[in-house]
Amino acid sequence: MGDVRMTQLSPTASGMLPGLNTLLSRYAESMMWLARYMERIENLARLIEVTEAFVRGPDGRTSWDTIVQINSDEERFSALYPAATEQDYLQFYITDVANSSSIKAMANSVRENARSVRPLISTEMWMQLNVFTRWVLDLQASDIRRTGLSALCNRIKQDCQTHTGVTEGTLYRDQAWLFYLLGRHMERSDQITRLIDTRYHTLLPQEEVGSEIDTTQWASVLRSAAAYHAFRRLQPVTTTPANVVGFLLKNEGFPRSLALNLRQTDSVLGALSTHYNLRKQCYAVQERLADLRASLEDQTAEEIIIRGLHEYMHWIQGQIETIQTELVTAYWPPAATQHVSDASVAQ
Amino acid sequence: MRSNVLQSQVQEAGIFSAYLKPSFFCELMNRGEALPEALQLVQDRLSQFDIKELRHRTSNAETQLYRLGITFTVYSDREAIDRVLPFDVIPRVLTADEWAFIEKGVQQRVKAINLFLWDIYHDRKILQDGIIPADLVLKNANYCQAMVGVDVPGGVYVHINGTDLIRDRSGQFLVLEDNARTPSGVSYVIENRHMMLRLMPDLASGMPLRSVEDYGLRLHRALCDVAPEGVTNPQVVLLSPGIYNSAYFEHVFLAREMGVPLVEGRDLLVENNHVYMRTVAGLRPVHSIYRRIDDAFLDPLAFNPESLLGVPGLVEAYRQGNVTIANALGTGVADDKAVYAYMPRIIRYYLEEEPILGSVETHICAEPEGLAFTLANLEKLVVKPVGESGGYGLLIGPHATESELEEFRRRLTENPSNYISQPVIDLSVTPTLCDAGVEARHVDLRPFALTGKTTWVLPGGLSRVALRKGSLVVNSSQGGGSKDTWVMSV
Repeated sequence: MGDVRMTQLSPTASGMLPGLNTLLSRYAESMMWLARYMERIENLARLIEVTEAFVRGPDGRTSWDTIVQINSDEERFSALYPAATEQDYLQFYITDVANSSSIKAMANSVRENARSVRPLISTEMWMQLNVFTRWVLDLQASDIRRTGLSALCNRIKQDCQTHTGVTEGTLYRDQAWLFYLLGRHMERSDQITRLIDTRYHTLLPQEEVGSEIDTTQWASVLRSAAAYHAFRRLQPVTTTPANVVGFLLKNEGFPRSLALNLRQTDSVLGALSTHYNLRKQCYAVQERLADLRASLEDQTAEEIIIRGLHEYMHWIQGQIETIQTELVTAYWPPAATQHVSDASVAQ
Repeated sequence: MRSNVLQSQVQEAGIFSAYLKPSFFCELMNRGEALPEALQLVQDRLSQFDIKELRHRTSNAETQLYRLGITFTVYSDREAIDRVLPFDVIPRVLTADEWAFIEKGVQQRVKAINLFLWDIYHDRKILQDGIIPADLVLKNANYCQAMVGVDVPGGVYVHINGTDLIRDRSGQFLVLEDNARTPSGVSYVIENRHMMLRLMPDLASGMPLRSVEDYGLRLHRALCDVAPEGVTNPQVVLLSPGIYNSAYFEHVFLAREMGVPLVEGRDLLVENNHVYMRTVAGLRPVHSIYRRIDDAFLDPLAFNPESLLGVPGLVEAYRQGNVTIANALGTGVADDKAVYAYMPRIIRYYLEEEPILGSVETHICAEPEGLAFTLANLEKLVVKPVGESGGYGLLIGPHATESELEEFRRRLTENPSNYISQPVIDLSVTPTLCDAGVEARHVDLRPFALTGKTTWVLPGGLSRVALRKGSLVVNSSQGGGSKDTWVMSV
């Protein structure tokens, strides 16, 4: 299995370093969030780009609502913008720092986490993140149209992918790397369920099997996950909702599918548990993950849809959140005193 | 219109053609004697560059530093701004003999400081013998009651020391001040060298330069040397106030060079007077802490109860000898600007040697004759508040306006014990690339000394240069830049 090699340590490495098992809990958390936020930024940039080009509502207009729904921001957004224009959507999700799910706010979180783990990550990683986050933090609303939305989103996406490549090529493979991977795979799992949930929900009512608009919209779902061409290779003839849902949830080869990311998460936990002797801490989470994977394997996409896609996606999101919480508790030795987050005491 | 002939002459003479040899001691151009061979070599090579070439090479330096995040953070009211320390591409060069002298002088000074600190926190012999006024020590704001009677490992209080050196008109090295608390800047020494080698490989090629790469290893070794007795494989950590601290880059740099975790207060906890860090595998014991947090914020139980940066119970764990803190607490007495005036006597008292490095004549305003002299000669003196660092709150008499002088007269009369005064020293200068060409700028030197079982001094140190013409203040917070410091091995 490909992932085993990624997470394996050479036998000499563990014998060489006496202080190997000394990854600070705070570092582990930051590595996890660094990966999660970079994934989130990449996903959002892709989603915005695909939405502008392909996602249409029944009236044929760009359906920016989708982005609000995926981020579960409906209430917050409609309170701020009762009659939202395209500009409102874009500012809210790209340059509005007050919105914690905007690209700018997430870049700020990336920056803070990267600064925290700066002693741990490679200089190349830090340098690329440093330049990228500074650039994003300097973006103004007026830059969106000046650059062109598609070009802007592409640059963001590419910078995120450069980060992934630099990380793959330079980050030392120890626990920090494993926590980074946990963050990436959990975020991808979460994102794909959100995408399916929202889009299925909005597309289904108008579904008229085989109609033009329908196929385009389902293709846009795939494009939002960078899955369109991979899907085409497997399903050259038919695009049905169940096919698309099945591919995004259950395909074992697609890097953003739920099944693949749950498997990777499991394999990372396995590595932590065996190579780093963290069995005790991993056990409960591994159990939960095994249940999650079993439930996915035991059902076909059709069954999932019939039994209630929304409920199932919602349940998975809840499980992922619980896993994140359980990991935090498992790897954070109890605090004698509660310390306030440093952010609040910046002079 | 300049003739072509003249222009070609200018180019031939290279970057130093327009260099006005100042009356000050110039590190590279005017030493008042024949230039040592090593310096001549550097000068000759530099002469082969032209200004355009130098500017071209330098233009990338700041962008690179910014991208690499080799920055310090300045906080304004609302924003945190990352700044780079301006880098000058012309190195500051010290000969092997000069370095041997500085090294011996710094070692002597560190030894005396450690003996002094041990004494004032134990028997206080120096006070009984009347070498230094007891009040100056015991009532000093930095005297730490919690340290009284504490036996620090190896008798070392100041593990990391920075000695600020200047050269006077004759080229003699003088100590301007000691930095015995948490001296910073060493990361720039090493990063400046890297920058130098990237920008000017042809200048440095084949030069007999002493390496600065060892610092991290030496620091780690020193911190292991002083770990609590009986610990065979000590866990060292670097304690930082966190990512918002202005020197965070240096903390990252040093933790990385040592290969130890960079911790914040919330990563540590004390149980049964032992210190632990929170790792994914549970609590792990910690034995040596290189802290970059001031005394007052180290432990809310012992000092400032408001501090969120510190670790409750840390000081008691330290007092019991279960963990070593570097530098020790209460070392601020030794680098106090008033105590500085007594350093030559302190060195003679403990070591029965003459001080190797000279000092600047200092008038202590807490003493009536010192105050009277200062008030009478204010326009000729530098007046410094004893508790400040970073070049803040000082008066340079000859550069001051009448109202500034008046203001200081009032301050001195109201609170004399807060001030000392010194004559203005004509700091040495060194060629620096400025807007108008290569010009003389004042420079100082901060060598860094590490003390574990022995004292080791990093060859060179931080050369800070006052970029403003005529300015004597080299601090980064006051418009200073820095240079790579070359110590020649032959």
